[in-house]
Amino acid sequence: MNLSIKQLRLKQQSVLPGFGITIGFTLLYLTLLVLIPVSMVFLNSSSMGMAKFWEIATSERVVASLRISFGTSFFAAAVNTVFGLLIAWVLERYTFPGKKIVDGLIDLPFALPTAVAGISLTTLYAQNGWIGKLFAPLGLKISYTPLGIVIALIFISFPFVVRTVQPVLQSIDDEVEEAAACLGATRFQTFFRVIIPELLPALITGFALAFARALGEYGSVVFISGNMPLKTEITPLLIRTKLEQYDYAGGTAVAAIMLIIAFIMLLIINIFQWWSSNKHKSR
Amino acid sequence: MAGNIPINVKITKQTSIQTQRRETKASRAVQILLTTVALMFFVLMLLVPLISVFVKAFEQGVIVYYAAISDPIALEAIKLTLITIAIVVPINTVFGLIAAWAIAKFKFRGKNLLITIIDLPFAISPVVAGLIFVLLFSTTHGILAPFLSAWGLKIIFAPPGIILATLFVTLPFVARELIPLMEAQGTTEEEAALTLGASGFKTFWLITLPNIKWALLYGVMLTAARAAGEFGAVSVVSGHIRGLTNTVPLHVEILYNEYQFSAAFAVASLLTVIAIINLIVKNLVDWKIKQQAKL
Repeated sequence: MNLSIKQLRLKQQSVLPGFGITIGFTLLYLTLLVLIPVSMVFLNSSSMGMAKFWEIATSERVVASLRISFGTSFFAAAVNTVFGLLIAWVLERYTFPGKKIVDGLIDLPFALPTAVAGISLTTLYAQNGWIGKLFAPLGLKISYTPLGIVIALIFISFPFVVRTVQPVLQSIDDEVEEAAACLGATRFQTFFRVIIPELLPALITGFALAFARALGEYGSVVFISGNMPLKTEITPLLIRTKLEQYDYAGGTAVAAIMLIIAFIMLLIINIFQWWSSNKHKSR
Repeated sequence: MAGNIPINVKITKQTSIQTQRRETKASRAVQILLTTVALMFFVLMLLVPLISVFVKAFEQGVIVYYAAISDPIALEAIKLTLITIAIVVPINTVFGLIAAWAIAKFKFRGKNLLITIIDLPFAISPVVAGLIFVLLFSTTHGILAPFLSAWGLKIIFAPPGIILATLFVTLPFVARELIPLMEAQGTTEEEAALTLGASGFKTFWLITLPNIKWALLYGVMLTAARAAGEFGAVSVVSGHIRGLTNTVPLHVEILYNEYQFSAAFAVASLLTVIAIINLIVKNLVDWKIKQQAKL
């Protein structure tokens, strides 16, 4: 009896059965497989002491890797925001032959294993590859440079902006644009003053999702980056290198930094998604 | 008078369509320009990498391709990947169904926090996902090392570690596919069944499951595809012992690093076929769900 009163406070009454057992199982599984393992990173980092942690976090190689990771991820997410918006726009507003196939293939980077993307892109953008060959005469190397990392990150985080913008574009009523046109706005003004503000939460959410995914990416970048310390070594790769050298403390400390960044990104994404869905609910 | 009104309406409608055509549709030239730029980006960034996998795989002929995928070490890798899928997919499907039932069908406090925890494996770098299991189960550095050596268990650098890491990275897929759909469907159908005397399990089997079968299928497909293709997390826990702890993506890496490019792409093409099947299923499911919504 006591238990059921307690339950009522936590959850609203329902005639559906099985809440207790399903929520219990869910919490148990998440605790065993997610919460305890993830907390190990913080447990191990805190046992090494603040001074040691700080020393690792501010070492030249770690700082350089974070700078490369943030820089390339930001650049890739920015490129994807522009082209993601363009492709979502073309798919939603225009008709052209093969549109269904293009739409269906947008999710390819989510479906293709990252290692496959990695070897494919590296081969394409190497100096003797199909695309790298075109840039080689200009003296531009792509594979094994930061530019190569950006290419790989653009590929793996490509679908996010398209898929967050598409439903919002669908939901914008024609009348809003018609009203703008009737009030004398040019097509250009309507786009930047009416459509872009409407799309802004979705664009930022898509950007943040792409950025977060790019920060943690390992499989595709490891092939194309060349992995030179201080130049093309991204943070996840540095963790891997430290583990291979049996520097578990160092690897764990860097992993803790990555985890904190991931939590912050998750928080930001949730806030923008909430903003985005509220904006469209209120209309 | 009454006769005049429809004519008036007709006229305003026509003019409004004309203004719409003129003012809210971009000119033909702009349309063609934007579509061309978008398609060029699409072809260059997505289509060319996809096609190049198959071109490179068959570059040295069908015989080299067949030799690469029928190599004993490749077959061992395929076997380990299939075993991993066979264990991971059922467990995470059951978890996804149970979690989705609790989260989507009931209202309770802390629901958003719970969804965020389910999302965590998506937000965490695959390398960190591998590392956390090393910190738990490594026989040299793991917190559980004393227990493991007492029982003679080997988890890291062995198949159980690969399975654990894969369970972690594929945890959200089924739940994330089901929760929004089940929330949208509400609980009225289940309530009706229960009121008519059906048991809880019967209600789930006959009412809920048929409603979510297409989304469930896609969630299972995503879990299987990611389990087959996961690289970062598995690479940290596997130890790369050939023929024993190598999955298909790790085998691709080894071949590539040994400059056996055709063989690497041949094995990679198997994973690419899975990815393409995945996309076909996704589009089929999207279409089915849209049709269901129309009914």
